[in-house]
Amino acid sequence: MSEHALLAIDAVLLIILLTTAIAIARQRNLFAAAMMTGLFSLTLACLFVLLDAMDVAFTEAAVGAGISTVLMLSALALTEYRDHPTSRGQHTLALLLCFAVGGLLMFAASEWPALGAPDTPVHQHPITAHYLEQSQQEIDLPNVVTSVLSSYRGYDTLGEVTVVFTAGLAVLILLLGVRRDNHEEDDA
Amino acid sequence: MDLGLINGYAAVALLMTGLYIVLAYDNPIKRLIGLSIFQAAIFVLYISMGRIAGGTAPILAEGIERYSHPLPHVLILTAIVVGVAMLALGLALIVRIHEEYGSIDEQHILELEREPDA
Repeated sequence: MSEHALLAIDAVLLIILLTTAIAIARQRNLFAAAMMTGLFSLTLACLFVLLDAMDVAFTEAAVGAGISTVLMLSALALTEYRDHPTSRGQHTLALLLCFAVGGLLMFAASEWPALGAPDTPVHQHPITAHYLEQSQQEIDLPNVVTSVLSSYRGYDTLGEVTVVFTAGLAVLILLLGVRRDNHEEDDA
Repeated sequence: MDLGLINGYAAVALLMTGLYIVLAYDNPIKRLIGLSIFQAAIFVLYISMGRIAGGTAPILAEGIERYSHPLPHVLILTAIVVGVAMLALGLALIVRIHEEYGSIDEQHILELEREPDA
């Protein structure tokens, strides 16, 4: 695919992403907002495929579009999906703050390297060549992302698993605690 | 304007949208959605950095010379999974708050707290 065609598709996907994000911000019905988050994640997964990040796209489609949406819908079913209006002052303050932060970052973004530039620090660092040239001998896996995830940066993944385990445990304690309290009230 | 910079600008715009949702609304579920969009902005930024023109996905094969950088992909894989763990924990807290107060609206809960017999 030529670089121009890629940039055109990239631009279209980014516009869809931004439109969905703004629609989510304006949506008062949280049920609709949760469904639009699923759409957002799926578009994001398409963008990742375009940018050659297959493993990230798989994860985003499965975890972002799938599990997140299910989690959000079940939380909405257990609580309420009306979004109470907030004061105009709070909206104005939020807009001002986010334009201040966004303005500064936009200024910084004009100096960021262009998409696909080969002479950036990311691609020039010696670790890049090591991962791409040595991992076949050292780890014997064709997928470099898997090699880095499970071997070169295995401690990162161990930390990630710890975080997920802790979060899962905390969710169980929180939700099972609710049920136990209710039973105690029934007994009393 | 160089068209190659649009990913950076779009990431900043997404970040602003996420920040706005977090700051402007009192509903905690809406705030969590805002945080997810904020995170997605960072994902776009990282994955864009990893790409190289004329490259392909970092899966080694004969006859291919250029691959996108695998390290940003690994970092974002971790971030996506941790993000979902965070979302699940946040939602569980919200469900717990709803059990306790019968509402998840911040203002309403504050009013309930101010009542003397509560």
